[in-house]
Amino acid sequence: MTGNLAGILRKLGDKPWIWSYLGMILIWLATVTYTMGQGGGSIISAALSFATFTVIVGIGQMFVITTGPGNVDLSIPATIALSGAICMKVMDGSNAMLPVGVLIALGTGIAVGAFNYMLIRVLRIPPIIATLSASFLILSTAIAYGRGLKIKPPPLLADFTTMKIAGIPLLAVFIIVFAILASILLNRTLYGRSVLAIGQNMRAAWLAGINVERIRYATYTLSAILAGFCGLLLAGFSGGASLDMGSEYLLASIAVVVIGGTSVAGGKSNIPGIWGASLFMFLLVTMLNTFGASAGIRLIMTGLIIVAVITVAGGDKQQR
Amino acid sequence: MKNYLLSPKFMRSALPGVSLAILLMAIFYTQPRAMSYFGLNLMLQYTVPIALATIAQMFILTVNDLDLSIGPFVGLTACIGATLLQTDPVFGVMALLACIAAYAGLGALIHWRNLPSIVVTLGMSFVWLGIAVLILPTPGGTAPAWIKAIMGFKVTFQLFGYNVVPPFPVFAAAIIAIVVHLGLMRSSYGVVLRGAGGNPRAISRAGWSMLKIKMTMFALAGLFGVLAGLSLIGLTSAADAHIADRYTLYSIAGVILGGGEFVGGRVSPAGAVIGAMTLTLAGSFLIFLRISPDWQVGAQGGILILVLALRALINWREAR
Repeated sequence: MTGNLAGILRKLGDKPWIWSYLGMILIWLATVTYTMGQGGGSIISAALSFATFTVIVGIGQMFVITTGPGNVDLSIPATIALSGAICMKVMDGSNAMLPVGVLIALGTGIAVGAFNYMLIRVLRIPPIIATLSASFLILSTAIAYGRGLKIKPPPLLADFTTMKIAGIPLLAVFIIVFAILASILLNRTLYGRSVLAIGQNMRAAWLAGINVERIRYATYTLSAILAGFCGLLLAGFSGGASLDMGSEYLLASIAVVVIGGTSVAGGKSNIPGIWGASLFMFLLVTMLNTFGASAGIRLIMTGLIIVAVITVAGGDKQQR
Repeated sequence: MKNYLLSPKFMRSALPGVSLAILLMAIFYTQPRAMSYFGLNLMLQYTVPIALATIAQMFILTVNDLDLSIGPFVGLTACIGATLLQTDPVFGVMALLACIAAYAGLGALIHWRNLPSIVVTLGMSFVWLGIAVLILPTPGGTAPAWIKAIMGFKVTFQLFGYNVVPPFPVFAAAIIAIVVHLGLMRSSYGVVLRGAGGNPRAISRAGWSMLKIKMTMFALAGLFGVLAGLSLIGLTSAADAHIADRYTLYSIAGVILGGGEFVGGRVSPAGAVIGAMTLTLAGSFLIFLRISPDWQVGAQGGILILVLALRALINWREAR
C-alpha cells in the first residue's frame, strides 16, 4: 500500500508541470491564511479570468519554443495591440460585425506569421531579431491606425469575455477545452509530432522526410493567430483596445512556457503546465499585493522566482 | 584591387561603415545645417551610453548568450549614480561594484546549471527594475558634477597648425572602439574569449576554464553597463528607473548592425560602436524627414531589416 503511494508520488514527481500546480496551491494557501479565509474564492475566480489570456499566447509561444533553440516569438505584444486596434475600429461596437472581427483577428495573425517567417526564411535573420524587428513595424502600424482609439467593444463580445457562471469565467472554460485540443494537436497529430521532432533534432527530422520549413511556417503563424485572438478577447474584456495592452505578455508568454515545464532547448513541451504557470504568476502578484508589498518588491520577487524556477528545473544539453 | 573590393568578405566588413556613411550623407542632404560641430554633437550625444551598452551586449553575445536585461540594468546603474554616488560616494561605488559582481555571478549560474540566458536575463530585468524603483521611486536625483564634466569635455588638438575640435561623442566612441578592439581582438586572452563562443569544447579541452571565461565576459558586460548608466546621467543630469528600457533592443540591434553574429563568437567592437552610431543617427534622420512620430519605431525596425537583408544578399553571393 505504502509502496503504491510512493510509486504514485514518484510518477507525479516526474511530471514537470506538477511543480507549477504545487506552487500555485501553496501561494493560494499563504494568501488565504493571511486574509484569514477572506476572499479565497474570488481570488481563484479572478486568477482564472486573467490567466486565460496568458494561456492563449503561452500556447502559441510554446509551439514556437518547441521547434528548437533560438526560436522565440517576440512579436506577440505588438500583434495583440494591432489586432485589438483593428478589430475595435472595424466592429465599431456593433454585435452584427462580430464575425468580421473574428476574421480580422485571424487575418492579422496570418499576415504577421507570414511576415515573421519571411524574415526568418528569406533573409535568414535569427528568429529573435526577426520577430523583434517585425514587432517594431507591427507596433507602428497599430499606433498609426489606432491613434486616439476610444471605441467600446460590441456588447456581445464584452459579455462573452466577462461572463461568469457560479464564479467560473465562461472564457476560462473555453480556453481549458482549447488547451486540451492543443494538447491533442501536439501529441497525437502529424503536425505536433513533427514540431517535437524538429525541436529534438532538426537535421534528423529533415532526413526523416519531415517538411521542416513548412512546419516552422505553420508554427510561427499559429503563434501569431493566437496573439491576434488574444488581442480581440482582451479588448472585449477590458472595454476597448489600448496600444500597450499587450506589453506585459512578452515576458509572461515566455515565463509560463518555462515555468510550466517546457524545455527551452526545444523538443519537449507541456500544455497542462502552461495553465498551472499562468495561475501561479497571477496568484503570486495577488499574494504580494495582499501582503502590501511595494511595486519594487513585487518586481524583484517576480524576477527572482522566474530565475529560481529555471535554476531548479535546470537546463538541457543545448543552450538557446 | 577591384576583385578585392567586390569580394563578399570585404563587402561584409565594410557594410556597417557604409550604412553609417550613407545615413550621414542622407542627413546632410536633407538638413545641411546639421553639418556643424554643434549639429553633430547634438545628433550624436546619446551615442556614448548606447555604444557602451552595445559593447556590453557584444561581450555576452561573444559567448553565445543573449542579455535581455541590459536596458533595465543601465537604468539601475543610472539611478545609483544619480542618488547613492552623489550623496555617499563610497557606498555608491560599492553598490556599482556589487552590480558588476552580480553580473559575474549570473554568468557563473548560467554556466553551472547550463541555463538558457534569455530566460535568466528576462527574469533579472524585473529584478534590476525593481531595485531601481526602490532606490528612485520617482524620476529625479542629481548626477555627480565630475560625470557631467567628463561628458561635457571639449577635445582640442593641433593638426597641420589648425585647432581641431572633434565632437565629443565621436571622440569618445573612437576611444571605446579602440580600447575594446585591442582587448578582445588583439590580446591573446581575447582570442580565447572569442574561441569560447566559436567552439567551447575545444577551448575547455585546451585547459581553459569555461566558468572563468563566462564570468569574465559577464563581468565585463556588467562593467560596460555601469559605464553606460553613468555616461547617460552625465547627459541627462537626472535619472529614472525606466530611463534606459529601450537600450536592450538598441544594444542587440547595434551589435547585429555592426556585423556581429548571434553564435560562434564572431563579433566586432568597432562595428558595434558604428552600429550604435547608426541607430542614434537613424532617430535624428527620421525627425529631419518629418516622418510622423507614429512611424519612428517602425522605421527603425525597417532600417534593421534592410541592413540584414543586404548582409543576407552578400552571404548568398558568397555561397553561390
